[in-house]
Amino acid sequence: MRATETSAAGGGNGAATAAMVDVRNVTRTFQRGRTPVPVLRDLTLRVETGEFVALMGPSGSGKSTLLNLIAGLDRPSGGEVIVGGSPIHRLSERRLAGWRASNIGFVFQFSNLLGALNAERNVAVPLLLTSFSARERRRRVAIALEIVGLSDRGKHRPRELSGGEQQRVGIARALVNDPALLVCDEPTGDLDRATSGEILELLAVLNRDQGKTILMVTHDPVAAERASRTLHLEDGRLADCGHEGTVVQRTHEPAGVAG
Amino acid sequence: MSSFTLISAALRRKKTRTFLTFSSVVFAFLIFGVLSMLQTAFSMGVDIANEDRLVVRHRVSLFQLLPQSYEADMEEVSGVIDAMHMTWFGGVYQDPSNFFMQSPVEPSEYLDMYPEVQLSDEAKRRWIETRNGAVAGRALVERFGWEVGDRIPLQPTIWQQEGRDDEAWEFELVGVYTSDVEGFDQTQFLFRYDFFDEARSFGRGQVGWFAVRIADPERAPEIAAAIDSAFQNSAAETKSESEGAFAAGFANQVGNLGLIVTSILGAVFFTILLVAGNTMAQSVRERIGEIGLLKALGFTGARVQRLVLMESVTLVTTAGFMGMVLAVGIERVLRPALAAYFPGLFLRSEDLLLGLGLAVVTGLIVGIFPARRAMRLETALALRRL
Repeated sequence: MRATETSAAGGGNGAATAAMVDVRNVTRTFQRGRTPVPVLRDLTLRVETGEFVALMGPSGSGKSTLLNLIAGLDRPSGGEVIVGGSPIHRLSERRLAGWRASNIGFVFQFSNLLGALNAERNVAVPLLLTSFSARERRRRVAIALEIVGLSDRGKHRPRELSGGEQQRVGIARALVNDPALLVCDEPTGDLDRATSGEILELLAVLNRDQGKTILMVTHDPVAAERASRTLHLEDGRLADCGHEGTVVQRTHEPAGVAG
Repeated sequence: MSSFTLISAALRRKKTRTFLTFSSVVFAFLIFGVLSMLQTAFSMGVDIANEDRLVVRHRVSLFQLLPQSYEADMEEVSGVIDAMHMTWFGGVYQDPSNFFMQSPVEPSEYLDMYPEVQLSDEAKRRWIETRNGAVAGRALVERFGWEVGDRIPLQPTIWQQEGRDDEAWEFELVGVYTSDVEGFDQTQFLFRYDFFDEARSFGRGQVGWFAVRIADPERAPEIAAAIDSAFQNSAAETKSESEGAFAAGFANQVGNLGLIVTSILGAVFFTILLVAGNTMAQSVRERIGEIGLLKALGFTGARVQRLVLMESVTLVTTAGFMGMVLAVGIERVLRPALAAYFPGLFLRSEDLLLGLGLAVVTGLIVGIFPARRAMRLETALALRRL
């Protein structure tokens, strides 16, 4: 499920051939004291390889819960979650951690960089879990920083970088293991409009040029406009779900992405 | 970049807190080092005691005298190779505060019994030739600035000279002994028994205690019992024990130093467990989001647990090592300065190793609970704290 294997699947404009994410009849219920609180209710969703999907919905609608299930951070109460062909709901904790390390790139609302490490070292953290040589690690870090346009800022600590630059370092960290799926939780939620535009542009380029499948939770309709498809969640269900589980999708031309 | 980079980053996260915790652990191990040194100094004889030597004293107390003639009888006991005697002299050199051990001995017997003592052939020859000749340890000679040939007057507090009440005994320093054995007492002042016995005003033929060399240390209890039974029901019954037990009994006259030192160290390390444990617990509490991030990136719970544990062990072990290094530094300064008062004041390699071992164990204990907490954190919940 490496990006290099999937990049041939095309960009985000509908050239999809295989399902990257296949969520089938998933429910997720949390316990609040003795009261069960259903957050996702019999949800079915399919995201094709190479898609850029935005996930919107009001607070408490289950966006982050769905994202966590797809990223292997949480387990469904019922149903199946198949990502890149792997039924991840069946994996043990240990295997799931290994699977995340190889297959998922996380981008968070805040960049969440380690303050004591410079940008290069922050990007290199996921590589600690690999058996790559020191030389290969350096090469991968350099490429990741180049992709996000921060080749000259590698030696800088997070406090010496702007908010946008910090988020770019966070994206480079997500890319360094070359995952096929990028999971972004409000990636522009902490940025001003101009910087948000730059980050969204970067994500669009990664989707188009690197073939990354992107699943992005956002509250911002402008951010969602950059995605090739937007899904709305309400009360644990996909809001525009038509008959027989078919997702009615609203597609957009990715704004600002040439070609 | 390695896992240590992450550990180092975690420790540098709150520099002031890490520094204060680090300092308190350094101080604790410095105390450990210094107290170990003092304990060694006070129990010096116990540590360097020879297993093949027994000490025989009066059954009632060390200050009761025994007949010198016992020596020949002891040498008849099966398993005994040789015996020699010593006597507490207790003279004053210039001022009562100038305390040091003085004893009359048979020079050749003493040197045979204590091969640890190194004395030049010239000094041995002069000691045997000179009736009032005496030898002193290197530390004692340096303490008072004596030189070979000096006349050393000792004012009697117990043993007065026949017909010369309160007059000082006068000895000629004929040699200086040294020893390669770490901690061997180099503050003794030893002079000839024949000169002492003829000149003293009372107690002729009486001595303080005997040192007895035995053939087989395994048989020490049996031989000690045989010696004591040989003098049972006599006017002066004996108590025989190993040299180590004798030295321990002597040291315990000051107090049970082992218990005192252990109690102090127990209190210090309990405090350290609380201080460093609190630091680690707080550090993990503040980093729940960060730990969630690592887990999200693919770090397993076991790996996160290892990281936190290594962080704790690194903090405490490094600080412990620093503390022990400082203790060695203090030893380097104090040892020559106090050699004449505390000949055994040194930090034993066993204590250094014990200190480092203690640091590793303390680090593990301090880190285990925060590490387990970090391991068990649910990733999705932890990420909400980012």
